[in-house]
Amino acid sequence: MVKLGDLARLIRSKNAGPFELTFDIMFETRESYEMVKKSGVINAQLFSGLYSTPIELVRVYEYDPAYAYKITIPRPIVSGSLGDSDVHGGQQFGPLVDLEVPIDGTSGVEEVSASAHAKT
Amino acid sequence: MGAEFRLLAATGMVGTGFPEESLRRGLDLKPDMIGVDAGSTDSGPTDLATGSCRYPEASYRRDLGLLLPAALGAGIPLVIGSAGGAGGDANVDWARTIVEDIARQKGLHFRLAVVYSGQDKHYLKRRLAEGRIQVLPSGPPIDEAVIDRSLVIVGMMGCEPIQAALRAGADVVLAGRSSDTSIFAALPLMRGAPAGPVWHAAKILECGAAAVEYRPSPDSMFATISDDAFVVEAPNPKLRCTPVSVAAHSLYENGDPFRIVEPAGTLDTTFARYDQVGDRAVRVTGSRFVEAERYTVKLEGAELAGYQTIVVAGIRDATVLEELDAYLDSCRANIEVRVKRTYPDLAPSQWSLNYRVYGRNGTMGALEPRKDAIGHEVGLIIEATAHDQEIANGIAAVARHQTLHEPVRRWAGLVSNIGLPYGSSDLVRGAVYHFNMHAVVQPDSPVEMFRHVILDL
Repeated sequence: MVKLGDLARLIRSKNAGPFELTFDIMFETRESYEMVKKSGVINAQLFSGLYSTPIELVRVYEYDPAYAYKITIPRPIVSGSLGDSDVHGGQQFGPLVDLEVPIDGTSGVEEVSASAHAKT
Repeated sequence: MGAEFRLLAATGMVGTGFPEESLRRGLDLKPDMIGVDAGSTDSGPTDLATGSCRYPEASYRRDLGLLLPAALGAGIPLVIGSAGGAGGDANVDWARTIVEDIARQKGLHFRLAVVYSGQDKHYLKRRLAEGRIQVLPSGPPIDEAVIDRSLVIVGMMGCEPIQAALRAGADVVLAGRSSDTSIFAALPLMRGAPAGPVWHAAKILECGAAAVEYRPSPDSMFATISDDAFVVEAPNPKLRCTPVSVAAHSLYENGDPFRIVEPAGTLDTTFARYDQVGDRAVRVTGSRFVEAERYTVKLEGAELAGYQTIVVAGIRDATVLEELDAYLDSCRANIEVRVKRTYPDLAPSQWSLNYRVYGRNGTMGALEPRKDAIGHEVGLIIEATAHDQEIANGIAAVARHQTLHEPVRRWAGLVSNIGLPYGSSDLVRGAVYHFNMHAVVQPDSPVEMFRHVILDL
């Protein structure tokens, strides 16, 4: 197991307009990007669980030109509305940093773990 | 088209600055225009609702004070979009005053076109009745009441209203709410440059130098569009574009990294190729622009949510922290009794009380997975909101007093449970707002929702 935060060069969250929240997970090398892809750990079900969002509203994109994942969900509370705690949406990625990726950090890809699901 | 079209983006946002040297180097590259974005919804609804700008007037004056003489000196148009922070008519007029002041002070003479994007409520209600307003995914429903409650509604213009201003002979276009890309796409499209590379280059440029590998502070960006490609490079020689840094910019603040929806169609970067040119530039090919079947203009609206007063405090007592939820629940119950006593006519829907606990889940709220992890102290914000400022002040005072002296099981006798960093502790936030629409209109023409005023300065 390796933590996603140790594999990625950048994990960030940000508004995509006031009504959506978008997450970028970017890797330094194609190898680490492909390893994470192969692990299958980043998927709609993961975000549905972490961010209490109905799975059908989670959009997951694999963006090969930048060795990156993008995940977009409706904002739990519209930016700046009463009860919002992060107007720019910039500090919502914390739980992703500690995410355990089921790969062996030294010898490439292991078997995809039972907890990983196909990308939706 | 054969010829090249050259675009200089001064910075990502007027008011955030750029090195003067970058502007000079950018001008040496012989741009056909200078563009700059000047607004965003990112800081919440207040700028739209009130016409305020979250950047200081002094920095706005500094940036525009360099850009106006630069563009006029080079004899090229300057296009400023989403002026004044949110692009509402009041924001635009604020920016317009600054432009007029600079013109006077520097003895500059030019034709200024001010393009307004504020929307008429009767027009929107008619379009709504015609079924020509559609709510976008994740948006709240829209009806006549929402339109009526809105303090300000803007339409996000495409490039056509900017082109109309340029055709009217504008040297400087000061535009209300604009799609970020339209600021840069308007002129090259008018001159016949190819749509795919134009829209994609515009998307890269709108954030200034954000698409470079490492950008220590806001800076300029330059793009050269030729037949089927564009090359992007920062004028500042210390900044470097790489295929990954440029491709990665398609991710920033977009919901979808491959498709960026504009009023007239969609920029599709699925088949884009990014190749290094020299050490600091990147050539992009394969960008496509797919025309929409129907032209759409996005709406942004803001309405009043109430009036707010907050108190900033800290809790250090371990016995309170051990049972923090029960403690705050008990405070809340006692505050409700006291508010009812003080304001017997106040309906529950007219006020609310919110505790934000920093050090536990202040940043992520209900989504925080580690809300049981708590330090030796927490920061507390007591937030009172009501339909009236005086009442919000009163509720905050009651809440502060109750939270201070709420009995704690471990201790016998009167306690003081919150540390207040300031005397006269209650901070009046004033009116607070929320965004109330995420929808598009189908107009008859791309320009009918926008109007421009020509001023010969």
